[in-house]
Amino acid sequence: MSANLSATIYLISGVLFILALRGLSSPETSRQGNLFGIIGMIIAISVTFLSVDNFTSGFIYVLIFLAIGGSIGAFIAYRIPMTAMPELVAGFHSLVGLAAVFVAISAFINPEAFNLGTPGNIKLASLIEMTIGAAVGAITFSGSVIAFLKLQGIMSGAPITFKGQHILNALILLSIIVLIFYLCSTQSSNLFWILIAVSFLIGFLIIIPIGGADMPVVISMLNSYSGWAAAGIGFTLENTALIITGALVGSSGAILSYIMCKGMNRSFFNVILGGFGGTEQSSGNKNIEQRPVKSGNADDAAFLMKNASSVIIVPGYGMAVAQAQHALREMVDTLKKNDIKVTYAIHPVAGRMPGHMNVLLAEANVPYDEVFELEEINNDFVNADVAFVIGANDVTNPVAKTDPQSPIYGMPVLDVEKCKSVLFVKRSLSPGYAGIDNELFYKENTLMLFADAKKMTEEITKNLD
Amino acid sequence: MEIDPFIFRLSIFILSIFVGYYVVWSVTPSLHTPLMSVTNAISSVIIVGAIIAALSSDDGVVFSSSSVYGFLAIVLAAVNIFGGFLVTQRMLAMYKKKKKDK
Repeated sequence: MSANLSATIYLISGVLFILALRGLSSPETSRQGNLFGIIGMIIAISVTFLSVDNFTSGFIYVLIFLAIGGSIGAFIAYRIPMTAMPELVAGFHSLVGLAAVFVAISAFINPEAFNLGTPGNIKLASLIEMTIGAAVGAITFSGSVIAFLKLQGIMSGAPITFKGQHILNALILLSIIVLIFYLCSTQSSNLFWILIAVSFLIGFLIIIPIGGADMPVVISMLNSYSGWAAAGIGFTLENTALIITGALVGSSGAILSYIMCKGMNRSFFNVILGGFGGTEQSSGNKNIEQRPVKSGNADDAAFLMKNASSVIIVPGYGMAVAQAQHALREMVDTLKKNDIKVTYAIHPVAGRMPGHMNVLLAEANVPYDEVFELEEINNDFVNADVAFVIGANDVTNPVAKTDPQSPIYGMPVLDVEKCKSVLFVKRSLSPGYAGIDNELFYKENTLMLFADAKKMTEEITKNLD
Repeated sequence: MEIDPFIFRLSIFILSIFVGYYVVWSVTPSLHTPLMSVTNAISSVIIVGAIIAALSSDDGVVFSSSSVYGFLAIVLAAVNIFGGFLVTQRMLAMYKKKKKDK
């Protein structure tokens, strides 16, 4: 196959990838979009096969390894529970990063196969692209592994900070730039290996100081990095499909990080420098005063809801932890049978990744036209009778609107306190991730329901009947 | 003077960033998780490079120092391609509208 023809076909698969993302503008077109993505991928792989001139025995091995990876991927995709989606995505990012590193290593060892020159004499432009791709890929890999371990709970979600951390990171980043510079002028393979090792290290160091609830930003950021790594390799291979995809994924991840940061009213650098929640926690605990809260049981909650005409549900990460989404849907079904209007309010940073709550509700068969984003629903709380907060905390804290001293001041929050009454399902009075007390607990119209989210929801359902 | 082909690739790259910018802003927030899993799947088109790398060794030798990295990259990218697209499909199948007959 001629180089021009294959380049044209790669362009087509790039366009199909654009359409795949375009499809996600609404749930109706999204399935078709995913199909476009699959077709684009099949085309890209087929063209690569067809442009291989010599069909050696290596070709069979390619198919075997493709099948091995494919079956592992398919197995994971079918078995993974929806609550584990953040871990899965973090894990997948690490694979893209590592694949980029491996391709770059192979191109460095054997540049002739890629038409990039001879070992020790690689074209300068290709070498720069290759090393950038490898470095970003390595950072994506080790960063995603840490994010995965934190999300999976294998590693503590608490931020890990130490003295001089930022200076160390800055020095390492600087050394990466210096290394790339020297590598390109000397073509030394030792420097290439050092560069990859240092990049792995910095990816690890960048993510450890970032706490669990900042994971939506981290995952989006790593998503973006995996795209830039792919684009770097795309330039090396002179492959349009890879360049287009890299750019798409890179900007997609960047936009998601921006949306997540905005949802917390924090700058990107504030999140990346990390340590949030660690220092505030100690200062927040100084004024421990036992303020009275009203607490109730499932019977009280059922009574309140039965007499309501509209209920707004505010889910958060706690719902995912307790796997309460199905129990919640059953409770809502019962409410609907009693002609009570029920809607769901989702904060942009609820959960551990962008859109996390929406997927869980969709899994529990909640129709997506009952689920609303913050801006769409925030004015409805005034007119609603009951707000049912399940597993959310900081995103409902009115302090964000009233107290300029608070670390979360300025963060957009759901106006839950404006409801006639608030039901707050929580295991204890402990503060949320930001380490600050939620004013909502002490409001006149708040009833605390101290229990596991799933058990409480099930009990309320029983009491509703 | 002839234009370096690199400039053409750079143009594609820059324009694609802009396309990505506008396309992603139009993605509905409720589909942000599927967006991440599908971008994951498509960025695994890096498998193209992995295949070239795997077939890079000289005739008769299947596993050389450079092709081994290619084969490893094929496995990783394949996990991502199949896993990414299938899990996205699984998620998207769950997004349903309200049933009218209720």
